[in-house]
Amino acid sequence: MSTKSKSIQSKNSFNQDDRLKKVSPIRMLLNRPELGALGGAILVFIFFGIVAGDTGMFSAYGMLNFFDVSANLGIIAIAAALLMIGGEFDLSIGSMIGFAGICIAIPAIYWGWPLWMSIVFAFSMAVLVGYFNGLLVVKTGLPSFIVTLAMLFILRGATLAITRLITGRTQVPGLRVLIENDPIAWLFATDTFKWVFVWLGSMNLIDLRTDGTPLATGIPPSVIWFIFLAILSTWVLMKTRYGNWIFASGGDKNGARNVGVPVGRVKIGLFITTAVASTIFATIQVLDAGSADTMRGSLKELEAIAAAVVGGCLLTGGYGSAIGAAFGAIIFGTVSMGIFYTDVDTDWFKVFLGAMMLIAVIFNNYIRKKVTESK
Amino acid sequence: MSDYLIQFNNISKFFGKVIALKNVTMKLKKGEIMCLLGDNGAGKSTLIKTLAGVYKPDEGEIVIEGEKIIFDGPKDALDMGIATVYQDLALVSLMSVTRNFFMGREPLKGLPFFKTFDLEKANKIAAERMGQIGIDIRDPSQAVGTMSGGERQCLAISRAIYFGAKVLVLDEPTSALGVHQASVVLKYIVKAASQGLAVILITHNVHHAYPVGNSFTVLNRGKSLGTYNKKDISREKLLSMMAGGEELDKLEVELQEIDRQAN
Repeated sequence: MSTKSKSIQSKNSFNQDDRLKKVSPIRMLLNRPELGALGGAILVFIFFGIVAGDTGMFSAYGMLNFFDVSANLGIIAIAAALLMIGGEFDLSIGSMIGFAGICIAIPAIYWGWPLWMSIVFAFSMAVLVGYFNGLLVVKTGLPSFIVTLAMLFILRGATLAITRLITGRTQVPGLRVLIENDPIAWLFATDTFKWVFVWLGSMNLIDLRTDGTPLATGIPPSVIWFIFLAILSTWVLMKTRYGNWIFASGGDKNGARNVGVPVGRVKIGLFITTAVASTIFATIQVLDAGSADTMRGSLKELEAIAAAVVGGCLLTGGYGSAIGAAFGAIIFGTVSMGIFYTDVDTDWFKVFLGAMMLIAVIFNNYIRKKVTESK
Repeated sequence: MSDYLIQFNNISKFFGKVIALKNVTMKLKKGEIMCLLGDNGAGKSTLIKTLAGVYKPDEGEIVIEGEKIIFDGPKDALDMGIATVYQDLALVSLMSVTRNFFMGREPLKGLPFFKTFDLEKANKIAAERMGQIGIDIRDPSQAVGTMSGGERQCLAISRAIYFGAKVLVLDEPTSALGVHQASVVLKYIVKAASQGLAVILITHNVHHAYPVGNSFTVLNRGKSLGTYNKKDISREKLLSMMAGGEELDKLEVELQEIDRQAN
């Protein structure tokens, strides 16, 4: 009431409530970076709903399958998105996944460490690698593309060399028996909400095995991690001071530095984040498969960047969203699994991936121009 | 003595053998606008960075409110209330007005370890401040990229004032602007000074400086050619001093000579 009368009294004085009403909800939505990915995800679901609606893709089991794949990609895509908003790339994500895998497997199998210690060791190595990446980029001023490309080769090579040196092979199996009773491993290896699926099975709402247990046993840990990280990252980006610093560091690092943003620290923190996310990805996969493989995670860095770009991140930094990257990952995960349920040859998946990225980049470029054009 | 808010006495700065600044003296009172004029290479950038605490002067002293001060870095200068608005403005065009306004100095709320960026408060303050300048922003969460050059300049100045500037150092605030935009910015600078700030306006544009300045210091090749009050000097005189008037006069004579020989 009082605000209204005030704005009538003095037309010059700025009244926030008054102004905000003039921005239509549609325009607000258009200004959000994740819009494209959200729309894309909806389109993908509609498409497979029509093409593969009766094939079991959208059964509980089928859905858990493609959400598991999406979630795994999403974990690294969200971290890659944060780093891209901060103005840098990390091409060593895939190699870090392989490296983290053997950091868990070799101590646990060959050195007799308890599994939890190996997992802590892998995460410590991730922090070190991320810190080193970040420090190198910040101190030398070299493009992170080059620095982390070097790290891609170094880490992958070291993974292979160390594994062969110690084990004589490229695979380290035998982890599954160690998971039970481990104080940490359950965080990365437990299906949750099993009772929901048992209940749904007892109501005959989902498919059952011949012994009466449900085919889909629970929500895989990847999905829980994915949702947790998506929420956490979005909260950090949008609601905290650190989030504002990420945007500022990526948008204009000199400007940010001039007003007191610790740009170097922010970027190093983001490199550590991508390395840690790669290790979460690796831990889940290694414990799920029961073995580590030196080639695990190959090319994952490019998929993560592609998902982040589809999710609305600009390659030049300063713009993007974690939720967008999550939707980008869901698009890729859904299509990569969904294509099995259609008549389309799965060889076409990569074509789709590339085309999707191109469309996203063109769309994002257009949006950026719209956001920044002077009026 | 402490009549002056800030004094720069006989400031010199050398880079190896190069004399970037020699015996530059400037004194400012509250509410005063001093225009620092100089052509390219006159030492303006060096002087700005000395004012901002980036460089330490090799000779001379900086006195703020009667107290001799040595800056150990840009943060020191900022803490003493000397805010420098550089040409790049330190604004990120993809970020919102609010996020830019509070960049690096975000207001927080909430419990320790879970402190969040108080966007509500920040939006309110940013909108209020921009409203005071008379800039019509439809929404403080709109990107800075949608604002005009003059509006951005005003935003950067307004931000410096909000965060406690006593002395504003403005580096070429009008150089990239059209006539109308420049006049908006100049008007705002005068308004800021009238509220008790001291303003050092660095420019090479006499036409922008003359109407707003109270005093004028001309720099040439690192040396001050003196400080003049507005009533003591005309626009034309300033212009010719800046351009190195004598040198141009000499050039004219030489050109005539060449001309005559050719005929």
